[in-house]
Amino acid sequence: MSCRNPLLAVASAAIAAVALAGAAGASALEFGRPASPDEIALWDIDISPDGRGLPKGSGTVARGKAVYAEQCAACHGTDGTGGLKDRLVGGQGTLASDKPVKTVGSYWPYATTLFDYVRRAMPYQAPGTLGVDDTYAVSAYILSLNGIVAGDATLDQASLPRVVMPNRDGFVPEPEFRTITNSR
Amino acid sequence: MPPPDPDPALGRMQRKRLSRRSFLATASTGAAGAAIAGTAAAGTLADVPERLPGAPVGARSARSPHVDLGRIPEATPGRRNLAPEDAINSKTPLHKLVGVVTPSDLHYERSHSGVPDLDPAQHRLLVHGMTKKSLVFTMDELWAMPSVSRIAFLECSGNGWENWKAADETLTVQHTHGLISTHEWTGVPLSVLIDLVGKERGSTWMLAEGGDATGLARSIPLTDEIMNETIVAYAQNGEPLRPAHGYPVRLLIPGWEGNLSIKWLRRLKFGDAPFMTRWETARYTSLMANGKAKQFQLRQEINSVITAPSGMMEIRPGYNRITGLAWSGHGSIVRVEVSTDGGRTWADATLNRPVLPKAQARFHLDWRWDGKPTKIVSRSTDDKGHVQPDRKTVIGEMGTNALFHYNAQQTWSIDDAGRVRNVLS
Repeated sequence: MSCRNPLLAVASAAIAAVALAGAAGASALEFGRPASPDEIALWDIDISPDGRGLPKGSGTVARGKAVYAEQCAACHGTDGTGGLKDRLVGGQGTLASDKPVKTVGSYWPYATTLFDYVRRAMPYQAPGTLGVDDTYAVSAYILSLNGIVAGDATLDQASLPRVVMPNRDGFVPEPEFRTITNSR
Repeated sequence: MPPPDPDPALGRMQRKRLSRRSFLATASTGAAGAAIAGTAAAGTLADVPERLPGAPVGARSARSPHVDLGRIPEATPGRRNLAPEDAINSKTPLHKLVGVVTPSDLHYERSHSGVPDLDPAQHRLLVHGMTKKSLVFTMDELWAMPSVSRIAFLECSGNGWENWKAADETLTVQHTHGLISTHEWTGVPLSVLIDLVGKERGSTWMLAEGGDATGLARSIPLTDEIMNETIVAYAQNGEPLRPAHGYPVRLLIPGWEGNLSIKWLRRLKFGDAPFMTRWETARYTSLMANGKAKQFQLRQEINSVITAPSGMMEIRPGYNRITGLAWSGHGSIVRVEVSTDGGRTWADATLNRPVLPKAQARFHLDWRWDGKPTKIVSRSTDDKGHVQPDRKTVIGEMGTNALFHYNAQQTWSIDDAGRVRNVLS
């Protein structure tokens, strides 16, 4: 087939160019612009179990109780039970029963995950509006309702990762993903 | 659907005519009738609707008003007929579809905090972490980059969860298995982005995060299989993604649980350990009988289901075509066996070709029902040698609290009136 139509010729050249780029490897491509550390920080919100990613700040159980009443109780119940949405409190000792009750207290393995989730996703209607100190505070309050931290506790960057959750050892990772090996 | 058994005393021509007429008269029941109404009205050829010029040629084509296809929004097991805001997923009408490719608007949906309305001009993808470079990509750039297309199934890890503890007899296959669909997906191979940012050798996990209200985030193990097959996808079935499926860009990891294929993708971060988000600790973990939970149970296991005859259909004695779908996150389906006697004996079903790896496969089996109560079951085998387990095996390993990854053989019972019902085994 000849390629007299100039449009077809252009299209063929474009296809050839893509094929060449593919053959040369993606490193020869020029796509994407560098992200600066400051703008990465705006999006880099995940918190690891060792505390990596936790921001500076702190919150008390007492402050958390007030935040919870205002921001959380409507969906999760006044004391973390009996609400329309996920139950947050209780259920310890039920996981092997016919009716397991999975809550922050009975099921979640890491307190850092609670901070991460509250900060990124709650309150449901306005995620991301709580602020760092109030996120520490409401996390402290939910943990205190579960008997995991004391009623006068204060949580911050250093103390939150040290909280030991009751179900910390309740998870069995699939063998395939305990140690990842790969070739690139 | 099927004609009644013709009287053997009739001549061949008579029998043929009778069968044809019975077929026409009864075609509105069963599988075909579920989606297409009105066939039974077509009697003699003398009745011909007037032929007139039709609607003008348009910019888009819509379904016939005679075709009724829709998904069913539901929540956790047993929670049906909900207010829209209480639904958490929406199930594909498997019993009304044929072949293996799901129409775009009927692909199952699981959204964790609603469907955001994202402007592609403002949406960006940040790729960073254990990389030589941190880069931001626009949607225009992604569309311009090297591209790949692949037909693959996507399945919610909750597919099948209605049957963990009991079988509700009123369920259709849409309720029991409607959280799986198959599409052609198009986008940039993840490996191209990995090369562009220069992933460090020591990075073994990747966080993928969505731009939806909940910022859904999952840790993805960077095995060679996942790095080679994952697509940063911007199109489904030849068109840009629909909002419910992640517009303008999503992850698509063929064969792995659906919630890893993060929709509305805004960030990929390379690390050396799982990030332990809420969804991989509190949510998508499977509680076993001893109270411990399986974690990172990520692959969608071998599975199959008969879609016709299936739950809430009615069949008649005589010829019935058994058909269904089989799939495996390990690879390609090589065999589907069907039992029409409750699992005592099995026959090989025919597979539509081609059978693609990590895509649904369509199977068929000709069957004459003798009118006696029985049970029909399917079981699949893949090219890695996995055989779909029976219910006893699945429950023996997991108990009944797991919620996720229920892949036991599905049994449909048929009573003496031809009523097909969901049962445990």
